[in-house]
Amino acid sequence: MAKVLVVTSGKGGVGKTTSTAALGAALAQQGARVCVVDFDVGLRNLDLVMGAERRVVFDLINVVQGVAKLQQALIRDKRLENLWLLPASQTRDKDALTAEGVGRVIADLRTKFDWVICDSPAGIERGATLAMRFADEAVIVTNPEVSSVRDSDRIIGMLDAKTVKAEKGEQVKKHILITRFDSNRAARGEMLSIDDILEILATPLLGIIPESQEVLKASNVGAPVTLNNVLSAPARAYIDAAKRLSGETIEMMIPTERKPILQRLFGRRAA
Amino acid sequence: MMSEETTQDVSKQDVAKEAPKAARQLMRFRGRSYVAYVLAPQVPIVEWLDEVDATLAKSPGFFTAKPIMLDLAATSLSTSAIRHLITSLGERSIRVLGLEGVDQAALSPDLPPLLSGGRDCALMPVTTKPQPVVEEKPKVNSSGSLLLESPVRSGQSVVFADGDITILGSVGSGAEIVAGGSIHIYGALRGRAMAGVNGNANARIFCNKIEAELLAIDGFYQTAEDIDFSLRGRPAQAWLEGNAMKITALS
Repeated sequence: MAKVLVVTSGKGGVGKTTSTAALGAALAQQGARVCVVDFDVGLRNLDLVMGAERRVVFDLINVVQGVAKLQQALIRDKRLENLWLLPASQTRDKDALTAEGVGRVIADLRTKFDWVICDSPAGIERGATLAMRFADEAVIVTNPEVSSVRDSDRIIGMLDAKTVKAEKGEQVKKHILITRFDSNRAARGEMLSIDDILEILATPLLGIIPESQEVLKASNVGAPVTLNNVLSAPARAYIDAAKRLSGETIEMMIPTERKPILQRLFGRRAA
Repeated sequence: MMSEETTQDVSKQDVAKEAPKAARQLMRFRGRSYVAYVLAPQVPIVEWLDEVDATLAKSPGFFTAKPIMLDLAATSLSTSAIRHLITSLGERSIRVLGLEGVDQAALSPDLPPLLSGGRDCALMPVTTKPQPVVEEKPKVNSSGSLLLESPVRSGQSVVFADGDITILGSVGSGAEIVAGGSIHIYGALRGRAMAGVNGNANARIFCNKIEAELLAIDGFYQTAEDIDFSLRGRPAQAWLEGNAMKITALS
């Protein structure tokens, strides 16, 4: 049974694209056939984070409009053979998407993959609503700050009202993924705590991704953080989150960076 | 016989600018537009007044509290005739605010001032604001109250003008609850709650955790700024006492 997962947030810059790539790669590493779909038409980024920007020929819009076949637009990852990308168009805008067209493409993808992961654009307009429209599950990416949490709340309301599942009287299964979490700052009260976020959003937690330089490093070399440095703190957090998505029960913890032994010994003096 | 016009007072001055002493009372002029009703009498005036009387017989309060202008363009009345006409209207409780369509020379200082520059405007019937769509599926039970079992999310608006609203979850920041009766929230209230919107001053708002952006009962409201900080996060209720909203902790 294929599952369609939307990665969404409402707010921009919270880590939707990073999370889409990282979760997609982690699920693929666990053996699933995965396709990540970029819905950010006009401002596509997923191709860069996946390191496939130089291989884009056709895109989602071409497939939606019937100009290209799905097979022609899908790009296979060079590192993982069961990971694919369906890129967005950079030259068009979100108005080029139609509900019927997107529905057709998603239905087609369902027959070929175990996971179809839709990277939603920010906002609550056409692009975002169509990205979530056909989803079975949703990952709501939230930063530990009030504006992000309120936007997530809004998005959860939309997931409960404007998806095909909701219209059939069913529920989209929702998960909160907290990204850019800094334990030290949260302890000092400079960030919302995990408990506060979960209380406000009243939705189960999928994982906590620590703030880390590794995320930027990975995106600069065009690799999902879960492939670039498997042992880094964010990679381990994403891998755990991906396992929870596939139904495994993993204890919730916030991974920390493993410092080399010398640095750990002399770290204090160096500082 | 009647048309509607806007009278405009275009003199706009700020006399206060030159006020030298701080102790001096400042005086300000402001320009402001109002809508006035224009009566256009026709000759013979006696018959026209009969017409006015007929209107008043049908609806006695027709001219009450309405600003009335006289457009005398269709007549050529003398100063004394104008004075007589205004007295006649005064006997019918119609007070004339100003005159139009007459030569300044024909006016004496005891008559209403001559105004010009009026523009026609359509008088809109008062329309009620379109009500926000209720996104939640309403479960109205026999007692005329609305029960919501799920949290109300940011951006959602729940409107139930016919009675109480009970919410088992929380109301998110940026969400809005509007009830004709009272509002009961068993979770946290982080958004806006407006109770007694149809003029029910006895309506109350209850919540298990008050972090509200705005509370309103029968038009009286308090924003988050006004709500006593010591109440935040506690179970609380709000009600009206005369013209003041009271908020106290429950328990």
